[in-house]
Amino acid sequence: MARMTMIESIRSAMHVAMDRDEKVVVFGEDVGYFGGVFRCTQGLQQTFGKNRCFDAPINESGIVGAAIGMAAYGLRPCVEIQFADYVYPAYDQIVSEAARLRYRSNGDFTAPITIRMPTGGGIFGGQTHSQSPEALFTHVSGLKVVVPSNPRDAKGLLIAAIEDDDPVIFLEPKRLYNGPFDGHHDKPVTPWSKHELGEVDEGHFTVPLGKAVTRREGSQVTILAYGTMVHVAEAAVAETGIDGEIVDLRTLLPLDLDAIVASVRKTGRCVVVHEATLTSGYGAELAALVQEHCFYSLEAPVQRVAGWDTPYPHAQEWDYFPGPRRVAEALTTVMEDV
Amino acid sequence: MTTDPAHTSPLSLTVPEPEFRPGDKPDYSTTPIPRAGTVRRPEVDEDPEQFRELAYTIIRVLNRKGEAVGPWAGLVDDEMALTGLKDMMKVRAFDARMLMAQRQGKTSFYMQCLGEEAIACAFEKALRPGDMNFPTYRQQGLLISGGYPIVDMMNQIYSNERDPLNGRQLPIMYSSKEHGFFSISGNLGTQYPQAVGWAMASAISGDTKVAAGWIGDGSTAESDFHAALVFASTYKAPVVLNIVNNQWAISTFQGIAKGGSGTFAARGHGFGIPALRVDGNDYLAVYAVAKWAVERARRNLGPTVVEYVTYRVGGHSTSDDPAAYRPKEESDVWPLGDPIERLKNYLVGRGLWSEDRHTQYKAEVEAEILAAQKEAEEHGTLHAGGKPSVRDMFEGVYKEMPPHLRRQRQRAGV
Ligand SMILES: Cc1ncc(C[n+]2csc(CCOP(=O)(O)OP(=O)(O)O)c2C)c(N)n1
Ligand SMILES: [Mg+2]
Repeated sequence: MARMTMIESIRSAMHVAMDRDEKVVVFGEDVGYFGGVFRCTQGLQQTFGKNRCFDAPINESGIVGAAIGMAAYGLRPCVEIQFADYVYPAYDQIVSEAARLRYRSNGDFTAPITIRMPTGGGIFGGQTHSQSPEALFTHVSGLKVVVPSNPRDAKGLLIAAIEDDDPVIFLEPKRLYNGPFDGHHDKPVTPWSKHELGEVDEGHFTVPLGKAVTRREGSQVTILAYGTMVHVAEAAVAETGIDGEIVDLRTLLPLDLDAIVASVRKTGRCVVVHEATLTSGYGAELAALVQEHCFYSLEAPVQRVAGWDTPYPHAQEWDYFPGPRRVAEALTTVMEDV
Repeated sequence: MTTDPAHTSPLSLTVPEPEFRPGDKPDYSTTPIPRAGTVRRPEVDEDPEQFRELAYTIIRVLNRKGEAVGPWAGLVDDEMALTGLKDMMKVRAFDARMLMAQRQGKTSFYMQCLGEEAIACAFEKALRPGDMNFPTYRQQGLLISGGYPIVDMMNQIYSNERDPLNGRQLPIMYSSKEHGFFSISGNLGTQYPQAVGWAMASAISGDTKVAAGWIGDGSTAESDFHAALVFASTYKAPVVLNIVNNQWAISTFQGIAKGGSGTFAARGHGFGIPALRVDGNDYLAVYAVAKWAVERARRNLGPTVVEYVTYRVGGHSTSDDPAAYRPKEESDVWPLGDPIERLKNYLVGRGLWSEDRHTQYKAEVEAEILAAQKEAEEHGTLHAGGKPSVRDMFEGVYKEMPPHLRRQRQRAGV
């Protein structure tokens, strides 16, 4: 066991995966010699050589397209898109190619690739360093989508993603890289070294894709969250005193519906939280599933807390970000309704 | 398929590496740099097949002694050269101030163009009002030499109550239609085909305006770069396609984007677009080449690719420390020198400028920048003082606010 930030645990995951399987290769913009702009791949080139970890030209479509070709050959590429906001040039390769290769070739060819990308706001990155595009991927048949909320899960999930035989979109909430940010931007963030989930096994382990975890048991309301919003939800629960049960989804696709249903049937209320924009966001899918499966247990309409339906602004970052206050409001509302 | 026993030895992957990494002693003494004045200047309507070599050389005007020599010299008169020097000094002083402001926590982010000032400053002089640039984040020189108010640039950087973009954009992502400066994206390469489209629109409309696209060496790898070149080539769009080759793309050296092609300029040839390669640290050469390419566009002779050879002296941005991936001394030994020093020497040689005048002007321009900064800061910085309204966050997503956004704004209580 060692204390790790989320950057270190992600790095450790790739290190372990590359060490165990020489078919794992890592590439992307600035990931080679420098080790990535967030330093997630630092040291991999030195350890495994330029054949297995290298810089890519700035062409996201090329990065994913080449990864698909390598995967078709039999390698297991884990590529980095520098920011999720820059994945769009690769969208065609992801949606039309990686996602459908298994289906259209009837398993003759497959694309076991992992596409990592930092996601989410909270760093004053403006509209091109803050987006949360998970719903653009969960909407596509053939992709798996993962969003870790802490170093331990990030490592186990990333190893599972690399070892998975289908394409996985691995979204890393960049505001969590160095600590469990709970939305209180005016307070100092505790580092991961002071957090239980910053303690990570240095060796090989996996966190299975498709399994949610209950971060906090509660009786009054279920909060469905992932990534940064898990910590924001914790803050909101602490501040309202409402006994919320926080379910960290970890994997959006495949989704752990059983965990969701069990929790909502118990509490009878549900709040869905994400940082991405509201309209057609992943929260809509969650709310619909809860309605379908838990209708007769619900005592109040499902509430959604999300980013406003605008581009991510720079100056008004904290008015945009769905922080603890907005989650608390939703908790209060869902408790008022009978 | 056949089995050919002659080709069974194992393959291996090529991954290009820069010549020098931290710890190495950078040395460019053997890098061939053509002497100033030695590259010919074709007529703008000459058959591009006849000057293909201009994509592989470096057009230079200022020699080591600070004299303007050769066929590309003589286009910049004394008054313009003086203006050019002052523009570049202003850009440098502005960058230094704003870099400091970021370090002091007055804003979130900054990007300087240290060492690359000549390119945007001289190019701007080759355009006419009404022409349109599609710049990257490193062409602040276009705005400054074009007379855009410094205070407004700072207001944007501070995201304050006077920010012309209402705090919506990351610092330095300016926009000014009036100054021929298209709104900067942040997604690399996207604006290159847009420049071509703007130029095509001018042609469709029978107008006389031209456009300029801007891209960095690293970003030429993007598919959009190639999309721009094919459209420009097919429709002979009145556009100048600028490539600023400052050797680095964050930590990635230019060889990763360039691959096996001789130069970035030469990429134009694959699309049948004439290409020139110019010393980007030579104000006089940049202007001469820019003027040539703009004239070619204006005379409906089609697009030109121009590669500016320069060096990114500073970090990529305030989030970057280049000492992690390149030798610290590399910029000092970079063979094309400093654009401000070189133009200064030229003007001193002509008796139009002096060391004293230079020192004096540097102080003047720094005072001007400082005064502008004071004025801007009266209207707030990112975390203090006047801010754009929160209500505004919901404006401008659409021309008219749809009901769902109106509801969200209400919910936000603003
Ligand atoms: C589509 C896209 N991918 C990646 C990035 C991240 N990024 C920002 S600047 C940069 C390097 C660009 O280098 P270059 O084109 O040489 O321009 P320079 O910064 O040297 O002026 C990268 C990779 C981005 N902004 N957009
Ligand atoms: Mg560059």
